[in-house]
Amino acid sequence: MATLPVSAEQIIARFGPSLNFPPAQGYPGRDEPDEVVKTHCCFCGMQCGIKLLVKNNRVVGFEPWEEFPFNEGRLCPKGVQRYLQNNHPDRLMEPMERVEGQGFRNVSWEAAFERVVSEIKRIQGKYGNDAFAMLSGVSLTNEKCYLNGKFARVALKTKNLDYNGRLCMVSAGAGNKKAFGLDRASNSYDDLKHAEVIMLCGTNVSECFPTLTHWIWQARDNGGKLIVVDPRLTPIGRTADLHLPVRPGRDSALYGAILHQLIKHDWLDHDFIRDHCSGFEEAKKAVESYDLDWAERTTGVTKEKILQAAKWWGPAKTSFLLHARGIEHHTKGVENVLSCINLVLATGRIGKPYCGYGTITGQGNGQGGREHGHKCDQLPGNRDIENPDHRKYICDVWGINEKDLPGKGLTAYEIMEAIDRGEIKGLISICFNPMVSLPNNHLVKRALEKLEFYVCIDFFLNETARHANIMLPGSLQEEEEGTTTSAEGRVIRIRQAVKPPGNARTDTSIILELAKRLGAEKYFTFANSEAIFNELRVASKGGTADYNGITYKKIEDNMGIFWPCPTEDHPGTPRLWEDRKFKTPDGKAHFHGIAYRDPGEVTDAEYPMILTTGRVVSQFLSGTQTRRIGKLVQQYPEPLLEIHPKTAAKYGIKERELVKVVTRRGEAEYPAQLVETIREDTVFVPYHWPGKKSINQVTTGLLDPISKIPEFKVCACQLVPQGRQAPSSEEAQAYASA
Amino acid sequence: MNTTTFRTDQEFFIDPQRCIGCHACEMACAECETNGQQPMIHVDYVDRYLTPQTSVQVCMHCEDPTCAKVCPADAITKDEFGVVHSANHARCIACSNCVQACPFGVPRKITPMDLMMKCNLCYDRTSVGKRPMCATVCPSGALYYGTREKMRELRPNSTPVNQFRFGQQVVKTKVNIMMPKGATELVVDAQ
Repeated sequence: MATLPVSAEQIIARFGPSLNFPPAQGYPGRDEPDEVVKTHCCFCGMQCGIKLLVKNNRVVGFEPWEEFPFNEGRLCPKGVQRYLQNNHPDRLMEPMERVEGQGFRNVSWEAAFERVVSEIKRIQGKYGNDAFAMLSGVSLTNEKCYLNGKFARVALKTKNLDYNGRLCMVSAGAGNKKAFGLDRASNSYDDLKHAEVIMLCGTNVSECFPTLTHWIWQARDNGGKLIVVDPRLTPIGRTADLHLPVRPGRDSALYGAILHQLIKHDWLDHDFIRDHCSGFEEAKKAVESYDLDWAERTTGVTKEKILQAAKWWGPAKTSFLLHARGIEHHTKGVENVLSCINLVLATGRIGKPYCGYGTITGQGNGQGGREHGHKCDQLPGNRDIENPDHRKYICDVWGINEKDLPGKGLTAYEIMEAIDRGEIKGLISICFNPMVSLPNNHLVKRALEKLEFYVCIDFFLNETARHANIMLPGSLQEEEEGTTTSAEGRVIRIRQAVKPPGNARTDTSIILELAKRLGAEKYFTFANSEAIFNELRVASKGGTADYNGITYKKIEDNMGIFWPCPTEDHPGTPRLWEDRKFKTPDGKAHFHGIAYRDPGEVTDAEYPMILTTGRVVSQFLSGTQTRRIGKLVQQYPEPLLEIHPKTAAKYGIKERELVKVVTRRGEAEYPAQLVETIREDTVFVPYHWPGKKSINQVTTGLLDPISKIPEFKVCACQLVPQGRQAPSSEEAQAYASA
Repeated sequence: MNTTTFRTDQEFFIDPQRCIGCHACEMACAECETNGQQPMIHVDYVDRYLTPQTSVQVCMHCEDPTCAKVCPADAITKDEFGVVHSANHARCIACSNCVQACPFGVPRKITPMDLMMKCNLCYDRTSVGKRPMCATVCPSGALYYGTREKMRELRPNSTPVNQFRFGQQVVKTKVNIMMPKGATELVVDAQ
């Protein structure tokens, strides 16, 4: 039983989240560090360069790393405060086991490993190998992602391995593979600066990727136009030349309507379409009827604005289209992505200087982590686990029989559903906090409670880990060597600044030990992270995400290498498609006919408002790290319900009045924040908080049929004003909500 | 303190329209050991009801600093490079005259310490040729530290302005505000 051993409140009292503030005069030794380590931020896909100051095996401060080419010293508040995850009072430093009625008790590593391995064997012996699942995450380095993929298939022998990138950009990955045959942002961000038009589609850049703002502003300084599509007027939207406040869930209608205008006005690159693309006629046919009247009715954006966007986008000589979770977190996430790609292909503006396209990956290693095989359908090098040639290649690299390599497994949310149905009985997780980050988390809780055995590897006892039978204290990003791949496809070096404290171990050593005890030692003889990377290089060779020519030294000497990089004398590829040789079977870029369809849940008389969710600048994902850093919590202490004043007036809702948000999944209460910067038919709540403050109590578990991404960005809700003011945000202590 | 490497060709530029309200500057500023975790730069919403627009305020380092003029204890001094220093700990009597008088609302009285504190242009960094911390980390270019020539090249549509009119009072500052091209002064309160 993976129920909580004691109440959540009791667990919080011992394990946090508690807030870490630096001492007033800073940590001792900051002025005379033993080491200044050039590495990268542990948070988002920008992977900003940062220098960590180390004294006596503690990270005691930071300095901007002004030479790193992407951010040149620039940081967001999360980056400035990231060093405070080190030296944190909540840090787990001993393996622990669950004791019913008492909480958690320290045990030796030997006892912990023994229990884990015996439970894996018991469950797999009784219910079959696939009854033990693994969940991984892409805050992990490429080495750890690769290792987890191999561990799950070769040591744990399960097909049910998936990762938290499933909640990130899988719609973009699937869309990119369909259109280009390869999944990577097509350009480095250097191509932004002279783009005549930049279109940001569903990406709150200045809160989720603050350091990218500089590159976008550079384009504006050079005379470029900025178009921002977002139901809310975000800080980057405020600076846009054109803001299209699209109704949540109607994105593909908007991009279809823009394509309609490009065709109508002949703002097309006919040569590019003829010579390098396929599927244009289908794409054209799909949007034939998407005139401005229809588009205005469907998307809630005025005709004038849609036409203006098309007028700027169509005839431009250079452009860059970026999208993120705003269009990807939908039951038609892949269709939304493809409808954006159609606009890029129609104008032929790709594979040339200042002509770019890409998704902005959300997580630190969202790019690299989705390439090397800890997805349920994937093998290293972004190979397909169902492709016989791909299977054979990887089996040869790993030295296993092809028949022993499991097939395609379930995706992250589907794993929870399978646990709930009783089909999966055991779980190992690392770097994933589904109790906060998955939608409809009442189901997640119910599922966790049904597990016969759950082992979690993490450095803090996150909300999901509270359900663990065995907790293994792993490592922070700055406690292991490795690499990540940033959102622009740049493979960079993560440095070990300090060793794990106390009896905590590196994630890698934990996985290797488990592999050994599961009898797979001969496949896991890595001396260090570089040895794992070197095997990853071979495993990726010939795949679309080819790292074969990348070495640690080459990354260090060049401050990063853009893949694909097939040979050691290859310089890497900052800009894709200059050769027009797309990686699809026919070598062409593919248009797709995208007929608009409604989101999975639409408003009705009972649930008349649209709920959408997202992030704030001072928090990151499920908050395991950022809800423990004092100043980041103080900056935005609790989730607020953003609501338009006109809508609030209709309901009689006042500023900071508590409002209950009710959906078909459940309900949650938030203080109202009245802002004119949101659509009147939509409310917004950010998702970083746990327990009763979690908006994922009410979001829908509906998935995109192709990418299996959940539809976080739109569902139908009721608003029920509670007639009382919210307590002060300090009193609410939302960061540690039970 | 080694003042020989203070780069007199470097200037501070604030471009408020670029501020994205992320507070990286405040957090980075507070890290300085002389600030005791208090930021000397402040970011505020203009009116969140209407807009996500924020405004960032750093000490403008006036040519003729009002804060120094009204200080009864002579605790605030301007140095040869035009940097107006935070109150001298030994002299400051925490009377808040400077807090009241500053036209930009910069100095703050830190009650537990009985001391006025304000930005000193990261003197520990700028005096050794580095950029101030806030302008180094600012992700959007709302804060920039560099040469006037470079700024002209980077922001062809804006002009740096360092003259402010508060009613009858004209204040000239070391720190510049980026204004629409051709502007010569910022009129805060025309009478």
